[in-house]
Amino acid sequence: MSRTPLDTVENAAATPDVELPWAELGLKKDEYERVVEILGRRPTGAELAMYSVMWSEHCSYKSSKVHLRQFGEKAPQSDALLVGIGENAGVVDVGQGYAVTFKVESHNHPSYVEPYQGAATGVGGIVRDIIAMGARPVAVVDPLRFGAADHPDTKRVLPGVVAGIGGYGNCLGLPNIGGEVVFDACYQGNPLVNAGAIGVMKHEDIHLAKASGAGNKVILYGARTGGDGIGGASILASETFDDAKPSKRPAVQVGDPFQEKLLIECTLEAFAEKLVVGIQDLGAAGLSCATSELASNGSGGMRVTLDDVPLRDSTLSPEEILMSESQERMCAVVEPEKVDRFLEICDKWDVIATVIGEVTDGDRLEIFWHGGKIVDVDPRTVAHDGPVYERPYARPEWQDALQADDANKLPRPATSEELKDQVLKLVSSPNQASKSWITSQYDHFVQGNTVLAQPEDSGMIRIDEETGLGVAIATDGNGRYAKLDPYAGAQLALAEAYRNVATTGAKPLAVSDCLNFGSPEDPAVMWQFAEAVRGLADACLQLGTPVTGGNVSLYNQTGEAAIHPTPVVAVLGVIDDVARRTPVAFQEEGQLLYLLGDTREEFGGSAWSQVVHDHLGGLPPKVDLERERLLGEILISASRDGMIDSAHDLSDGGLIQAVVESALLGGKGARLVVPDGLDAFTFLFSESAGRAVVAVPRSEELRFNDMCGARGLPVTRIGVVDSDAVEVQGEFALPLDELRTAHEGTIPALLA
Amino acid sequence: MTARIGVVTFPGSLDDRDTQRAIRLAGAEPVALWHKDKDLKQVDAVVLPGGFSYGDYLRAGAISRFSPVMETVIEQAKSGMPVLGICNGFQVLTEAHLLPGAMLGNNHLHFICRDQKLRVENAETSWTADYESGQEIHIPLKNMDGRYVADERTLDMLEAEGRVAFRYVDVNPNGSLRDIAGITNEAGNVVGLMPHPEHAVEPLVGSGRTDGLPFFTSILKKLVTA
Repeated sequence: MSRTPLDTVENAAATPDVELPWAELGLKKDEYERVVEILGRRPTGAELAMYSVMWSEHCSYKSSKVHLRQFGEKAPQSDALLVGIGENAGVVDVGQGYAVTFKVESHNHPSYVEPYQGAATGVGGIVRDIIAMGARPVAVVDPLRFGAADHPDTKRVLPGVVAGIGGYGNCLGLPNIGGEVVFDACYQGNPLVNAGAIGVMKHEDIHLAKASGAGNKVILYGARTGGDGIGGASILASETFDDAKPSKRPAVQVGDPFQEKLLIECTLEAFAEKLVVGIQDLGAAGLSCATSELASNGSGGMRVTLDDVPLRDSTLSPEEILMSESQERMCAVVEPEKVDRFLEICDKWDVIATVIGEVTDGDRLEIFWHGGKIVDVDPRTVAHDGPVYERPYARPEWQDALQADDANKLPRPATSEELKDQVLKLVSSPNQASKSWITSQYDHFVQGNTVLAQPEDSGMIRIDEETGLGVAIATDGNGRYAKLDPYAGAQLALAEAYRNVATTGAKPLAVSDCLNFGSPEDPAVMWQFAEAVRGLADACLQLGTPVTGGNVSLYNQTGEAAIHPTPVVAVLGVIDDVARRTPVAFQEEGQLLYLLGDTREEFGGSAWSQVVHDHLGGLPPKVDLERERLLGEILISASRDGMIDSAHDLSDGGLIQAVVESALLGGKGARLVVPDGLDAFTFLFSESAGRAVVAVPRSEELRFNDMCGARGLPVTRIGVVDSDAVEVQGEFALPLDELRTAHEGTIPALLA
Repeated sequence: MTARIGVVTFPGSLDDRDTQRAIRLAGAEPVALWHKDKDLKQVDAVVLPGGFSYGDYLRAGAISRFSPVMETVIEQAKSGMPVLGICNGFQVLTEAHLLPGAMLGNNHLHFICRDQKLRVENAETSWTADYESGQEIHIPLKNMDGRYVADERTLDMLEAEGRVAFRYVDVNPNGSLRDIAGITNEAGNVVGLMPHPEHAVEPLVGSGRTDGLPFFTSILKKLVTA
């Protein structure tokens, strides 16, 4: 880029014909022309750097924006929502004066290029979003998707991703309490590494990303700025991988969790002393994003002296400094008389902090370098007025054929022996097998408030030791369902996460989402995206759980092959007293097992169709959101009133998968009876939504049945908790030892 | 009266607040100590908590050992003040030569987090008196560098003097020599172990057991009756 002579605003105005590398920075021709039009001249190199990163797909949501509006337009009335979409993370009122902020984000592309650092910095980024709201981070969750479990590259990507998540999150002292691990060949070249975090604060501590009050100082603190991650947002996250292009390794950032831990502690201490007017973390697009967002959300302008930014590499150009995505940095706006105290706190934690500029009473963002003005823009044009695309979309012509390829017509097991073999095959398949080899690499004890962690239906954290107030979070997504029907698939993801939260006894309150799709330039992918967003927005409205924020990851595509559309939905819930939580594990022999909800012949997209027939076709299970709500109410009431001792939601793998998991976790078996009107196969393997299996102490049987009857929820007694086998009467019995070997041996055998 | 038990916060300490909670639940008064401060604020005992102090740079515990607070801790420990090092704190104690041996990376090369079964081998230290010798307990374990090593002579000496305080049972989670999970100094006032007793003090959270609480009641009784 032009370094000599300095490309100042003056210089740019005087040399209109200089060619700038806008295409290399990822801008399209019409986008560059728009920048020229906005500025009334060609941009300087530094301005071009800022516009290119901020107008990238990753930062500007230019392809998704027109659809995402529905989350606002269809938002249900909710008293719980304190801060909605648009800030670093949404904030929800959970009662007793507490507020909870949570969000899920993607770090897909970097994690494929460099699994350890890609995943580690994904955790770092989401955690900074949480701190930037004023909250203490209390837990993380990680929904992950990889290629086929037995593919050699999965053995490169998965262990690196898991070690990266653990290496970073464990060092921050954040319990990892949930998430998913899914394998499917469609993610082979595009693994999905989504990271979620939860933070807790008091209502009065909520902070926002805005720079107000002329004369207030802008302080950059945390790590020094280096050459890592330059252009990560524009180049990595916004284009399809292509073998022909040179290696993008240098565009992945490198994380230092120790620095981030210090950043957390010193930020929280500054918050506690009320020293901070506005705050923004530096993630994608680094200083370009932080300065333009802080300035455009505030009332004034901002002047920044780039020479004052502490550097790791003194040869960096101003453009590189603006684009650098060096990790563990934050930007705070502080009143002049509080600057000294702020710097003192940073010094206490050995965190480097530097005043780099101030808020002005104008409306321009001005950035200086070596005395010359290299940026002079309206910050809104950088942060908010990026291009908006109405990408063409069309239902793919193959969709009908896919849906017509009915999984219900696949050959079913003909004998009891075959049925038993398929059960074993299911529970030992990579997707259904125990993931403890992975989750045992994450600390789930730290902070001493973890009530439930994976493999429970949702993670649960106590937030008040006196009252027992707690929050629960579950993340779910099923790309196979969404491929068959993206509208229903997105709703099923929400329904499952909602159900998982309710199953543990918590009341679902709000939603965050991470929408992982292929290239928006493909009309078929764009149709999947549009349908998924429409489905999710409609379902959130019906269930009364607003979307508080989230993330879109596009271009998850290698060549022509896009991933399955994969909307991942996180649901946050609240529980008044964590002592009432319901675990998955069977607790006591002799307790009665009840199946709640209706079981139909629904095998489209099912785990059974994948494991036994390697098949994907037909329609996903029917969505009935009113039923989900009713089931949730029953599960929450039953937990509150002590009517059930364990509960497990039914989802992929169906009833038998749920029963085997509850049995192995509790070290107690089950004796099941196929209910009237169902065949054993459908009973065990169907994936009908809106169902759960609960264990009821005999003393509560009457009361529980009465409650379900009075509220109109179908309830079927299906057996009892038993000693040391899972038995389906008249069909087969599988000893727990055999099930444990099958269920727990798969992942270590593939990956250890 | 109750006892004041200090918990040191190094940069990168993670289980410091959790340890303070465990001390409070046992009935003692937790006192926060800061790594840059030599002053121990007249505490009766000190816990060095788990975490990644100084980012585990150089070697786990290697830098913390030279922090100002450790100067006083080392001095007082030598004159009999009870000190407990948990996980990273155990690593600091070995780096400070208050306990022999060292911790290497787990033999499987992964971070491991599990509810670990242990046997109490020495129930006569300042921190273990509320256990029975030979008692089996479950305490959460979570670390990257938990493999206890020492030369044969040191190991033999530890065994002979009854200074192996805890041993892993059923599963050796990290390749520690002779299944050693924790040791004590000769006087029994300094104890270090890799598992985290502060995460087994409430039935509702953590491991869901309270097997770790006796660490904190042991020291409280000792200090109050002293």
